[in-house]
Amino acid sequence: MSEAAPADRLSPALRTEALEELLVERELIDPAVMDKFIKTYEQDVGPLNGAKVVARAWTDPEYRAWLLRDGTAAIKDMGFGGPQGEHMVVVEQSDEVHHVVVCTLCSCYPWPVLGLPPSWYKDPAYRAGIVRTPRRVLREMGLEVSEGKDIQVWDSSSEVRYLVLPQRPAGTEDLDAEALAGLVTRDAMVGVAEVAAP
Amino acid sequence: MDSIADMGGMHGWGPAQVPTDEPPFAEPWEGRSFAITVLTMGRISGQNLDAFRHALGRLHPVDYLVDGYYGRWLNAAELMLTDSRILAPGAVDARARRKQGQDVTEPAFPEPARPDYKPTAAGSLREVDAEPRFGAGDVVRTLDLQPEGPTKLPRYVRRRSGTVTAIRPPHVLPDTHAVFAGENPQYVYTVGFPSTELWGPDAEPFTLHVDLFESYLENA
Repeated sequence: MSEAAPADRLSPALRTEALEELLVERELIDPAVMDKFIKTYEQDVGPLNGAKVVARAWTDPEYRAWLLRDGTAAIKDMGFGGPQGEHMVVVEQSDEVHHVVVCTLCSCYPWPVLGLPPSWYKDPAYRAGIVRTPRRVLREMGLEVSEGKDIQVWDSSSEVRYLVLPQRPAGTEDLDAEALAGLVTRDAMVGVAEVAAP
Repeated sequence: MDSIADMGGMHGWGPAQVPTDEPPFAEPWEGRSFAITVLTMGRISGQNLDAFRHALGRLHPVDYLVDGYYGRWLNAAELMLTDSRILAPGAVDARARRKQGQDVTEPAFPEPARPDYKPTAAGSLREVDAEPRFGAGDVVRTLDLQPEGPTKLPRYVRRRSGTVTAIRPPHVLPDTHAVFAGENPQYVYTVGFPSTELWGPDAEPFTLHVDLFESYLENA
């Protein structure tokens, strides 16, 4: 760490290697456990979990009602829970309301359903801007929210984690839950995009 | 504390990024930094996530920003490891310089002084005997809290009036928990603020919901 950024600043890759070496010497960390942990977050935990939740809500009205009433329990019913998903709240997009989620203080994000946060979510421009000029920020990100829609911004400043239930696109009446899950994107479940028809 | 981490409403960061498909870790060191941080936290502090977030907030703004998200994780992990004397200050830089061939002396490993801390349960949610002090629909005002230590009251909602929209389960209070001064669980309230209350009469129309601890609020 430095008090500023000098010209001979060490790269984070080198400093990470150095820290890992020191902790291995102290027997505080096992590289094999690290490898397994990294793989889990690269391969198993990701937005597909959330997409399955959304697709079930789109095809099962009772599940949808449960999800909106008790997000934690309904999501646990799909097998998803754990760190950064202790208390889940689901908010539903409609023709009248557009929801969007942020964490201004860090980059808190519902890991069990969405995986690790994407770059744009961790970026100061998003964290600073979405709570001040959400319509403008969403436009910068490629989403035009129609003038008539009421915008609701959710700042995740406690351990409550928010998932956005997007609107089901028109023309998908014949698709089953599995096919629908394939349409649902991470960005739609944070509220910076809509789900497009296939 | 009014740290670099408390970013809500700041100007000057430019336009937001257009989302793209991206892997969880852009470079291998980011995954290593993530794993080191999560896996060592228990050894340092009994999985005190609030202490880690406070370490992020205590970083120099340059160290917070210069290498992005996992760069700040790396720096906060190092700060917690030096706080608890598992590593000596400067140990990481010294090792890194040796790895690139510089002739530097590494500091000796110090005697660890880990915080005397055990959580009363896993996670952050707790039960409390008291009833919630506020109810849905109550008009509340945030207090003028200006601690130099940790708080989860973002500065952009300080001294503002809003309406309780939901009561959430009691959480450990980060203000004391982050500095190992007790869990002090409290109810959390989702409070909705009209954008004009936060950003003046010319604000874009919208509602901002933020989750606030009971001791941040009073009846308006």
